[in-house]
Amino acid sequence: MSSTGIALRQVSFEQRSFWRNPASAFFAFLFPIIFLVVFATLFKGQKVQIGSVQTSYDDYYIPALVAFGVMGACFTNIAITLSLRRDNGILKRLRGTPLPPWAFIAGVVGSSIIVSIVLALLTTVFGILVYGVHVPQHVDAAAVTIGVGALAFCALGMAMTIVIPNAEAAPAIVNGVFLPIVFISGTFFPVASTSVLAQIAEWFPVRHFINAMFTAFDPAHQSSSGFNGTDLLIMAAWGAGAVVLSVLRFRWEPRKG
Amino acid sequence: MTAIVVDGLCKSYGAVEAVRGVSFHVEEGEVFGLLGPNGAGKTTTIEILEGYRTRDGGDVTVLGVDPHTGGRKLRERVGLVLQEAAVPPMLSVTELVELYRGYYPSPRPAAEIIELVGLTEKAGERVRKLSGGQQRRLDVALGLVGDPELIFLDEPTTGFDPSARRAAWEVVRNMRTLGKTIVLTTHYMDEAQYLADRICVIAAGQVVAQGTPETLRAGTDQVTHIRFELRDGLAVATLPLKARIDGGVAIIETATPTRTLNELTTWALAQGLELPNLEVARPSLEDVYLELTKNE
Repeated sequence: MSSTGIALRQVSFEQRSFWRNPASAFFAFLFPIIFLVVFATLFKGQKVQIGSVQTSYDDYYIPALVAFGVMGACFTNIAITLSLRRDNGILKRLRGTPLPPWAFIAGVVGSSIIVSIVLALLTTVFGILVYGVHVPQHVDAAAVTIGVGALAFCALGMAMTIVIPNAEAAPAIVNGVFLPIVFISGTFFPVASTSVLAQIAEWFPVRHFINAMFTAFDPAHQSSSGFNGTDLLIMAAWGAGAVVLSVLRFRWEPRKG
Repeated sequence: MTAIVVDGLCKSYGAVEAVRGVSFHVEEGEVFGLLGPNGAGKTTTIEILEGYRTRDGGDVTVLGVDPHTGGRKLRERVGLVLQEAAVPPMLSVTELVELYRGYYPSPRPAAEIIELVGLTEKAGERVRKLSGGQQRRLDVALGLVGDPELIFLDEPTTGFDPSARRAAWEVVRNMRTLGKTIVLTTHYMDEAQYLADRICVIAAGQVVAQGTPETLRAGTDQVTHIRFELRDGLAVATLPLKARIDGGVAIIETATPTRTLNELTTWALAQGLELPNLEVARPSLEDVYLELTKNE
């Protein structure tokens, strides 16, 4: 079978495993939708200041939440799922078959990207129809941003498994790292770029993802292309670092003892 | 043709020498039992053969190649049934077997494999709904699906009920009939006795005995055990022969059982005693094994 064929079959396996698992389907998928409804209802009609632009809360929140959904489907989902599979021996068994490691990884990443795209579409359409947000100005830039973000956060999810000792600890460690950064990065409410929190958040990829998404959605017609090169580059750099770490240190077997 | 050659294998973890110069070979088409207590180096040895670990010293070939560098080509010819490995829970038995079939160049038909491990009735069931024993049999199925020449079975029947074990044994026998080479580890001596053509016992990182189950039993200087219970006024001090006591049972070890038994029963009859639960037995493989590994 061709390499593409092997990878596609792995994607299809991952997709079936994902949607059939109520826990993963709920946390990765329903979670962002619930956040969407809760926060959009809470701050309905409010104006927020993003740099020099004043915009409605929803016009800021929807692209931020698209990024949040992608991060959940990629980073959180991969870090927790792979830790679990490593712990219970599924990865070890797989390593003993002729399936090339890249094909397995391609399946995991491909499946996460599919979930990300579905989630991004759903969030955006929901935002447009229910909360009257502006239709994204730069669909091409939005697609590229989602692509770069998804790949970077998939790599970060894999790299995260390196520091996770066992499956029980996985959700606590992953969310313990992820959620604080998500909050200070302004996912649910904008954090002024001059504030200390934002200065800290600048070091991590989450804020850059949200910025890049907001630039692509561009509700106030500020950008000519919708591409936010700096933010995309910083995210990509994080992703590249995570790839290097994963190649060097990713474990297929449970930690002994 | 020899399927596996292990010569002077060594492996340390830090200061701990897990495997200290292990040598054995496995012939094509035989069932080879690798026995030993937990921590004896058995799992380390197996995992080096499976390609999971590197070795510190010695020569190892599996199907003619070094398992550490054999890569995908070797993994296509080898089936693994690991000791502790879950099965992806959300797929059905057939879906999972089909997925794994896709990993191999010339797999066996899915239905045939599922039938071989007795899961035909559960073929459409999600894996997470299977019992522990059924999941283990699915494990075995996934190890066989690529039609491997060589199969590693690491404690394949642990946790099975007696009838499931018998069924699993028949699966192993069938594989042997198909000409597969099988490396089996187990803690059940009856299993080793029933399935293995040859056995290698490892203790403290070294081979302590090797041979067919029969030669291993014969190897313990031909001692026969005569046992009976010490009760009804029977005291060890009054016995005419040297005996050791184990849990209220007197055990007399003898190389000449006919003569010893005659002495014992002549004495008992003269005393007007019946020896409760009198037994004469050659040591089982388990006795031999316990003797070989008692310093662990």
